[in-house]
Amino acid sequence: MSQTWILLGATSSMARAFARALAARGDSILLAGRDMADLKRLATDCAARGAAMAEAVKFDARNPAGFAAIIARAARQDGQISAAVFVGSMPEQSAIDAAPELIEGTVSDSFTGPAMFLQRLAPEIEARGGGTIVGIGSVAGDRGRIGNYVYGAAKAGFHTYLSGLRNRLTRAGGHVVTVKPGFVDTAMTWGLPGMFLVAAPEQVARDILRAVDRKKDVIYTPFFWRYIMLIIRMIPEFIFKKMSV
Amino acid sequence: MIWKSAEYNGWGRVLKARGELARPERQSALAALPPAAAIGNCRSYGDACLNADGKAIQMTRLDRILGFDEATGVLHVEAGITVGEIARIYAPRGWLPAVMPGTGFATVGGCIANDVHGKNHHHAGSFGQHVQDITLLQNGKSRKVTPDKTPDLFRATLGGLGQTGTIVSARLKLLQCKGDLMTVTERRAENLDEFLALFDSSQATYSVGWIDATASGNALGRGILEEGETGYGMVPPAKRSRSVPFDAPGFALSPPVVRIFNQAYFRRIPERGRTQVKPINDFFFPLDKIHDWNRLYGKRGFHQFQCVVPVDATGSLREMLEKIAHSGLASPLAVLKRMGPGRAGYMSFPMEGYTLAVDFPNRGQSASLIARLEEMAAAAGGRIYLAKDALALAKRLKAMYPEQPKFAAAAAKADPEGQLATDLIRRLKLRSQK
Repeated sequence: MSQTWILLGATSSMARAFARALAARGDSILLAGRDMADLKRLATDCAARGAAMAEAVKFDARNPAGFAAIIARAARQDGQISAAVFVGSMPEQSAIDAAPELIEGTVSDSFTGPAMFLQRLAPEIEARGGGTIVGIGSVAGDRGRIGNYVYGAAKAGFHTYLSGLRNRLTRAGGHVVTVKPGFVDTAMTWGLPGMFLVAAPEQVARDILRAVDRKKDVIYTPFFWRYIMLIIRMIPEFIFKKMSV
Repeated sequence: MIWKSAEYNGWGRVLKARGELARPERQSALAALPPAAAIGNCRSYGDACLNADGKAIQMTRLDRILGFDEATGVLHVEAGITVGEIARIYAPRGWLPAVMPGTGFATVGGCIANDVHGKNHHHAGSFGQHVQDITLLQNGKSRKVTPDKTPDLFRATLGGLGQTGTIVSARLKLLQCKGDLMTVTERRAENLDEFLALFDSSQATYSVGWIDATASGNALGRGILEEGETGYGMVPPAKRSRSVPFDAPGFALSPPVVRIFNQAYFRRIPERGRTQVKPINDFFFPLDKIHDWNRLYGKRGFHQFQCVVPVDATGSLREMLEKIAHSGLASPLAVLKRMGPGRAGYMSFPMEGYTLAVDFPNRGQSASLIARLEEMAAAAGGRIYLAKDALALAKRLKAMYPEQPKFAAAAAKADPEGQLATDLIRRLKLRSQK
């Protein structure tokens, strides 16, 4: 069946790798984000790599007024509509300490903005009796850590939202995949200290696509993060509160 | 973070640099950076891709296809895309990059900056001869370069080692091919004369010779000529075929082992020759299957010596091979190829003649042997390939690259403060205008 994907935050390197994987399958792609010049380049790239259709559309997680137009554009397509959410922002915790109002933007980008978008999209998926939502969460959302607990809290909220949305859409033939990447080699992590076992965006994109095809609910990528986080989640809070992992 | 402090090295792993690296993922991020040396996948062997104690911009994430005209075969790409990726996408549709170097990991920016050649150089010329235009970033300003409208800047940019501005994107004229298969014929040449005669009479579109750099006496210069044509049909499963040159243990590079290996490698081809069908990658990029094969040479790394000498200098070629065989330092990786006259820039490597490339582990007398080989190449009226070099001396360069002053003048105009200079540029004083 013909597939149209909406990629939110399509300028990120993970989204780019995922878009290329979709293009190679011949899917249609709406590349949504803020940097239109960059998105247009990505659109020609996807078209050259085999996408049936690739178009740049304006999306700003902090401006819900623009959401309806994207969904209307997608609704013109035949077949199933799916969406993958790659947006999110992670200011330094110290920057947030200095200016707590940054929390609002972080939560908008990483949780409430995408959630409002997906909430509008859900009826379209239900009406068509199928479609997949991919939500990029984070291992940071599994436990609050001293280094990035605002970002982690936003992602934790997003995880819970996705879980509920999965519960809803499954009844209508839809599916929701929660993806929790570990460290990925992107512009966000470039040069950050303490990075280890860093995965290439292409590897993450392959894992996501496999999870979509196999209708997985929650995946960690690379897979071993499931075990790392299992251990981290099992540490009792009275010990964890003294750790800085 | 924008800048990351890192240690990185050329492909030969002898020369290293510690410096600040940026890796922009969008054009806007690139435009926001100060001018600095641009690097790709660091497949040049020496220090062409190094800027020690300075800044370098890694272009590999700026790798998008910006358009393709099916009617003319002109492909518009960002500089960070690799030739292997272009071949992978377009060969099944009947197009190939007109010139492909020996590794598919080379970026288009790197291919332009080194004006690379491929196995079809005798027909197709160098990479730059198929470039229709280049977009450079010069001190924050975008500038389009074409062979007709800006011939001086174009010639300074092709083979210009990134010194005329950051190569951002380019339009390449692709070559039509029959499909993504190669019909490869391999024939033995029992000695140098036979080898050169085979090359001179070869009609093949693609040709390359493996040479046994350890053979001496009557067998001096023996090797295997590989000739290829593109074709179509069923792709044989891409097995790890034994016909790929150096699947063999390359870490055992002591002279007797190399001699025995080369002997077996040579005898593997029947005396009457043989013809096989292979996926294109196996023919064009035989070593790419073995990721990081440069590690086979161990921690100390290796040098590749590559020179070209004019057609009438076969005597010098013979002397070089004698010297190499005598030294006992050669590895099994050695290539001989006939070159045509095609070159696109002031600093381009190719010239009509024969090119010889030999890998040497970085040990013992390798450096002094290579220095001697360089002298011999220069004396024969030839030149060495800067993309491979880690050892040459500045004083020898001007004779080999007579158009260097034009290059230096154009580079000075484009980058007056020398912000794009690399370790190679400084070592060989390539931007000196004296």
